Amino acid sequence: MKNRVVITGLGVVAPNGVGVTKFTEALKNGTSGIKHHQELKDLNFSCQIGGIPNISDALKSKYFTALQLRGFNSSGILYGCIAGIDAWKDAGFEVNARSELDTDTGLIFGTGTSGVEKFREAIYNLDKGNVRRLGSTVVLQTMTSGVSAYLSGMLGLGNQVTTNSSACSTGTEAILMGFERIQYGKAKRMLVGSCSDHGPYVWGGFDAMRVMTYKHNENPEEGSRPMSATASGFVPGSGAGALVLESLESALDRGATIYAEVLGGEVNSGGQRQGGTLTAPNPEAVKRCITNAIKNSGVDANTIDVINGHLTATSKDGLEIENWVKALHRKGKDFPYINATKSLVGHCLAAAGTIECVASVIQLKSQFIAPNKNCEDLHPDIEALIPSEKIPQQKIELAFNTIIKASFGFGDVNACVLFKTYTI
Amino acid sequence: MKNDTLIVKLKTIIEPYIQDEDAFKNLSEETDFVKDLKINSANLVDIILDIEDEFDIRLENEDMEKMLDVKSAMAIVNTKLNA
Repeated sequence: MKNRVVITGLGVVAPNGVGVTKFTEALKNGTSGIKHHQELKDLNFSCQIGGIPNISDALKSKYFTALQLRGFNSSGILYGCIAGIDAWKDAGFEVNARSELDTDTGLIFGTGTSGVEKFREAIYNLDKGNVRRLGSTVVLQTMTSGVSAYLSGMLGLGNQVTTNSSACSTGTEAILMGFERIQYGKAKRMLVGSCSDHGPYVWGGFDAMRVMTYKHNENPEEGSRPMSATASGFVPGSGAGALVLESLESALDRGATIYAEVLGGEVNSGGQRQGGTLTAPNPEAVKRCITNAIKNSGVDANTIDVINGHLTATSKDGLEIENWVKALHRKGKDFPYINATKSLVGHCLAAAGTIECVASVIQLKSQFIAPNKNCEDLHPDIEALIPSEKIPQQKIELAFNTIIKASFGFGDVNACVLFKTYTI
Repeated sequence: MKNDTLIVKLKTIIEPYIQDEDAFKNLSEETDFVKDLKINSANLVDIILDIEDEFDIRLENEDMEKMLDVKSAMAIVNTKLNA
């Protein structure tokens, strides 16, 4: 029999709030983390707004030693370690550099790319013929699994330690990979998460593709407009989310606080067929991902109360809603509430899945739905499918049990997961 | 450079990387970087770069291989400074 899996710890580093307490407040108040960044303007970006978490040097030094911070220049690893350690402590564990090896706990922490600014530093040195001057820090900060290497060492984790990467579905995929490892009894606990660097060297390629909005440089907080008729591209974000997943048995043995149960999920790919491309999703695969996630969770689609969508504020939002309607076989007033976290934090790329899953779990645990910002002018295609009251623009208190979250990524990859209030 | 001046400068360079405070407090010419100060061997290259910057010298791969303790570090730095 498969183990049941529950969430016993949360950590988050988001543009609108660092730490679960501040992030929860920001969700409740509909606080945007999107700001104008002079650096982007100076570099001639079309989109000069973005979401960057606010981390002071004092906060950094609570998580990293002075030695670790020497030559440190990888914002993704910074965010990932803070979120990961917070989740670990939230689950009731200590952080001790001399702790015994914990062979029951593993780590899957995803990212798209690591330490791009560090890599830039190294490339400048290399091109000047100064390879010998790079020092010891380049490899660890630029290898994709850098965040997993840093975190697992801080915590002394001895089960599987790895990094996954599947573009913007990375975070949700990481959760499902950790979930399965516990389900099949290969680990008691998995710290799962994902992170993304901030800044021009990550965001530039997207700006060049013209997929980021250039219409809100003067009013940044209005820039991220999922489901709006005037949505004109996503707003880039950054940060990290992390969750401690644990077998129900282990959580009960420890008397741990249980945030929610992970019911199940699905990951798949559209193979860039049937309308799917490198950048556009194959709608058949999206629907199959959602349908299988529900089937694997052993629930009826009619019991789903809330959807936390991928909803990036590009022209694809309407297609996403249509896919949800078809996959759930629910439309009009029968449709669940929908929740677009990106309206507050932007599109945090590889970190998006876990930041939004943490948002989903917080809303489930605290029984509210965060406001969907900037969709006062709902897209008519969306309004034709679902009534506006299913897309709350103000926070609503709601007694609910089940939330479904999906993430889609470049390369035509999909991930979908279901969380439910834990009951015996 | 006089040995006592040199050892003070080296101590300042090494300090950020040490993992054993007691061994550092009792640092002598015989102190081994990895065995006594528990410096992560990967950080030895960072110490080499810091030494290069401090004394404005260049250390070659062969010098680095020999620089395992305070005494050898002092000897190599002095050789370079007098070259």
